[in-house]
Amino acid sequence: MKIAVCVSHVPDTAAKIKIGSDAKSIDPTDVTYILNPYDEFAIEEALKTKEKFGGEVVIISLGNESNKESVRKALAMGADNGILLKDSGIRDSISLSKALAEEIKLQNADLVFMGKQAVDYDNSITGQLTAEFLGFNCVSVVIKFDIDGNKITAEREIEGGKEIVETSIPAIITCQKGLNEPRYASLKGIMAAKKKVIEEKNASVFENKSEVIQMSKPVGKQAGKIIGKDSSAVPELVRLLKEEAKVI
Amino acid sequence: MTNKILVILEQRDNNIKKVSYEVSKAGFELSQKLNCAIEAVIVGGEINDLSKIGNYGIKKITHLKNSELNKYSSSAYTKTIVEFLNEIGANIILIGNTSLGKDLAPRIAAKLDAGIAVDVIKIETSENNIIATRPIYAGKALVDIKINSEKKVFTIRPNVFNPGEPTENNSEIIVKEISSPDFSTKVIEVKKAEGKLDVAEASLIVSGGRGMKEAANFKLVEDLAEVLGAAVGASRAVVDAGWRPHAEQVGQTGKTVSPNLYIALGISGAIQHLAGMRSSKCIVAINKDADAPIFQIADYGIAGDVFEVVPALIAELKK
Ligand SMILES: Cc1cc2nc3c(=O)[nH]c(=O)nc-3n(C[C@H](O)[C@H](O)[C@H](O)COP(=O)(O)OP(=O)(O)OC[C@H]3O[C@@H](n4cnc5c(N)ncnc54)[C@H](O)[C@@H]3O)c2cc1C
Repeated sequence: MKIAVCVSHVPDTAAKIKIGSDAKSIDPTDVTYILNPYDEFAIEEALKTKEKFGGEVVIISLGNESNKESVRKALAMGADNGILLKDSGIRDSISLSKALAEEIKLQNADLVFMGKQAVDYDNSITGQLTAEFLGFNCVSVVIKFDIDGNKITAEREIEGGKEIVETSIPAIITCQKGLNEPRYASLKGIMAAKKKVIEEKNASVFENKSEVIQMSKPVGKQAGKIIGKDSSAVPELVRLLKEEAKVI
Repeated sequence: MTNKILVILEQRDNNIKKVSYEVSKAGFELSQKLNCAIEAVIVGGEINDLSKIGNYGIKKITHLKNSELNKYSSSAYTKTIVEFLNEIGANIILIGNTSLGKDLAPRIAAKLDAGIAVDVIKIETSENNIIATRPIYAGKALVDIKINSEKKVFTIRPNVFNPGEPTENNSEIIVKEISSPDFSTKVIEVKKAEGKLDVAEASLIVSGGRGMKEAANFKLVEDLAEVLGAAVGASRAVVDAGWRPHAEQVGQTGKTVSPNLYIALGISGAIQHLAGMRSSKCIVAINKDADAPIFQIADYGIAGDVFEVVPALIAELKK
């Protein structure tokens, strides 16, 4: 089975976000970029699936040179090949997904894992969009995955519970925390990954359907007041919640 | 192109979801600003309170029925809704940013080759176009987005748009039977977490962190939640420790919530936790460390021991 994993390279979740001078993107100075945390679940699931059924795991990332760090991390975990779709422009999810779909088709992948969202734009739609552009089935926000022949059974997280979904390959699965425990790269894996060649191609360009016209910082919430140090403050707290905030 | 808005309503167990009222209201206001027509559609279920939606200004509601569509199917819902909206010629689509909305909206956008903006918290108009505002980087920044394609899809964050008072109630409800849905992807079973209110939907939340010391002490969190009618949430530290299920985790790798009231008990307020709850309308923190970052965004704080303060709070609320 040919399995693809799409990974993104994003600012560390603890990074302080500053708005860039164009007021449309962030200022990347002093920002550390990491493999998108949800993509680790995708890589792990791909490796587990390969271990069970054989095949090959290819990592695809669209972005610039620095994305190779995340691709290399995936290779160190055990993926077979890496592809960097080089891109310098600004993309919305539609043009990003179309470019990923094109590469997945070229790779002849029949199963694709992605993180449920990238923690930069928090869109959580790339998997579903890519699946539609490919004509693949898709299950999003998956916390349990099983495959038997062509048949897929997956559990997805919903409000107040979960849905058990049946579908078949070709499919895209977007991965949520809880699906598995991503493995650490072994020293051997890290050494092997250094030797692997990450194939570079230019990403195909598609029209963006949306544009960012302005980026801003949310109006900071004014820190409120500490109304006391022990339970003697409780009656005042309850009064404030009832009369001032009017939330209870 | 003349604009026409379609609001996609959501049902679960034959009830219209609260977020659908919020989306209806947001859609109705948008239709007034753009001076355009608006309709609503709902797929599946045996819904008896459909006319309530009309209370928010939408005069025409179509109920697309087929008993097999009572449970969500991404392929069948996509096909059914895309056919319907092509039929009525809608170009602006609004749906709640729920687990269903987040799954369905991008598929619809792809089928229509439309631009999409998700998790929208504000909608304005400018020169007959729409400017949608949404949080990115886990709420650390906001972007204003303009969609340039003729067809536009938006998902609306729950608990942000206040549906307010209903305006009128003379809507027309049309019921249509749908045949031959595409079931290449199908939900075969829904497993509900026992009788619990989900954090993602709750308007009041009581969350506990590592300061609760051990799993058994969450009884205190649950008791406070119960007197308030609130949902229970948790920080990642306690989820990772196995004290609480992941479904309750609030934050960057958990759920994003915007309740009216968020009470944080023994939670330090790490940036990834704030990411999930910073847009709560009123935040209360109880933490014995007066320097804990959670106090930076809390409206009201008590810098004390949860094991002393929370029982007193429960007693006071019961009065
Ligand atoms: C990629 C990534 C994603 C993450 N995603 C999330 C996420 O989604 N959600 C999340 O919550 N975290 C997330 N985290 C983890 C986050 O960084 C913190 O580790 C976590 O939020 C800490 O949880 P806590 O506040 O319960 O515990 P701690 O930081 O240990 O804080 C416990 C607090 O309890 C207080 N306390 C102790 N005893 C008492 C007492 N008796 N009475 C009152 N107060 C007391 C202490 O003063 C302290 O402030 C993520 C981290 C990473 C790297």
